[in-house]
Amino acid sequence: MIGFLLKRVLQAVFVIVAVTLLVSYAVRLTGDPAIMLSQGAGSVSEQDLQNIRQALGLNRPFPVQYLSYMQGIVTGDFGRSFMGGTSVAHLIGDALPATLLLAFVSLALSLVISVPLGVHAAVHKGKAADQAIRIFSLIGLSFPNFWLALMLVLLLSITFPLLPPSGWDGPVSLIMPALTMAVILSATNVRLVRTTMLETLSAQYVMVARSKGLRERVVLYKHALRNCSIPLITYMGLQFGGLIGGIVVIEKVFNWPGMGTLAFDAIASRDYPVLQGSVTVLALVIIIVNLLVDIAYGIVDPRIRIR
Amino acid sequence: MQTTLTDTAGKRRSRNRFRSLEFVMGVVLTGAVVLAVLFSGWLFPDGGEGMDLAARLTPPFQSLAHVLGTDPLGRDVLARMVVGGQISLTAGFVSVIFGALLGTVMGLIAGYYRGFWDMIVMRFADVQLALPFILVAITFISILGGGLFNVIFFMVISQWVQYARLVRGQVLALREREFVQAARAFGVRDLAMIRHHIVPNLLGPLIILMALNVANNILLESSLTFLGLGVDPTIPSWGGMLADGRTYLQTAWWVSVFPGLAIMLTVLGLNLLGDWLRDRLDPTGKV
Repeated sequence: MIGFLLKRVLQAVFVIVAVTLLVSYAVRLTGDPAIMLSQGAGSVSEQDLQNIRQALGLNRPFPVQYLSYMQGIVTGDFGRSFMGGTSVAHLIGDALPATLLLAFVSLALSLVISVPLGVHAAVHKGKAADQAIRIFSLIGLSFPNFWLALMLVLLLSITFPLLPPSGWDGPVSLIMPALTMAVILSATNVRLVRTTMLETLSAQYVMVARSKGLRERVVLYKHALRNCSIPLITYMGLQFGGLIGGIVVIEKVFNWPGMGTLAFDAIASRDYPVLQGSVTVLALVIIIVNLLVDIAYGIVDPRIRIR
Repeated sequence: MQTTLTDTAGKRRSRNRFRSLEFVMGVVLTGAVVLAVLFSGWLFPDGGEGMDLAARLTPPFQSLAHVLGTDPLGRDVLARMVVGGQISLTAGFVSVIFGALLGTVMGLIAGYYRGFWDMIVMRFADVQLALPFILVAITFISILGGGLFNVIFFMVISQWVQYARLVRGQVLALREREFVQAARAFGVRDLAMIRHHIVPNLLGPLIILMALNVANNILLESSLTFLGLGVDPTIPSWGGMLADGRTYLQTAWWVSVFPGLAIMLTVLGLNLLGDWLRDRLDPTGKV
């Protein structure tokens, strides 16, 4: 177990180093931040530029800058925004909870949709219900999430003005973004529940539970579903990156005050410390979730540790 | 006993019929889109750029000249949609072809020779898992600029690992098979072995992954263009039309409804084909 833990943590550390290097390098490609910072400040002498570089530590070689950036991350310091000098950590502290809230509500909602449908499809394998659920899942996989978001706004904010179209206006604002992500997630999750359920239903303990005379609902939801929850949770953990990627796009449609909006605003105003900070934090969150899911799986199912 | 046998046979036949119906739908949808896009220059010689200022904001299904309506600049929605398909199909197919080529070569090397290259591919896979494509695009495209070339380039860079992992896994399994070991015992060289014994056996799963990824990359390209990180917003593309449509959502719903339907039908067609291929070529579910 210790060997498995060590190996997984080392892997995660390697990925963190690779991702942060990549993002830092990309941000370095933008050119000289000193020139960008001094734009609009009237006449700027070479000496002024030198002073800015000195103050920001930009005259040091890239490896040194990278190491000091990493040192900052460990202590929660992501530098300061070019716009007004707010601390990037502070901006992220405001935006990250909104994104995570949306992620978890979408995930929960998608479970409510996809588990009963997936179980139903598995039980009625090959029947009309199964085919119908398959077609719905195929259609759900076939449109872009932001289009579904636009269509919901069109329906529920414009045609029937029931919900606020964007921003944060109390918990009702959560409904449309969460519903959008939940529908997209459910399209894959239904298939997943169906496949794992089909494997579980052929197990002997299911037959025993049935022959004991247990009600079908108890057999399905108490005996079978519990046993396929581990692979389900693992697979959904692996999807977490995709979920975050989707939410980042959706945030743009709903002006949701999360990490995606923070990043797009930073792109629009060329505020590279904020861009670097938000992409880095999102990647860190994804890496940590994947690591936790893997470790949890390793604890529950010892066979996985060998791989 | 007799009844159960015919019963299952009947069920299987109806299931197969349903599946072939799906296949026909997939072919029809994909074929229609590909044909319309191929002949878009002939169907709409103005390239969707013509502005009929007298007919601005025409709702759909009201005028024969503009069947799907016009946008606030008087541009025909149907024409822009058909022409815009060029961007989506190019992004989808080109990115997948190059990604699959690069990934297959890397996967063959990793799986056949193991060791150093194997480690490199697997570590790249870890990084790819942590950095969804949208984040890569936000970082690099926002800095280096968009355009069709950059979008495709970053798709290839971040997706080849998928093919490499698939091919690597297949090669590892194939290496242990009797016919490969027999061929080795006969003294077949590495390159010949890969060409004649390994590659033909991994084409099936590879083609399925490619079909599904063409669909996926069409979605990704439209997302990027919608976000302003993809192709030039002034040339017609599905994502770009949806970005415009978002601003006119109150006044002209049709500008954002129809391009979305175009994406959906195209991707649905490709997904149906991919599913059918999976049924045919990969019954044990490796992809």
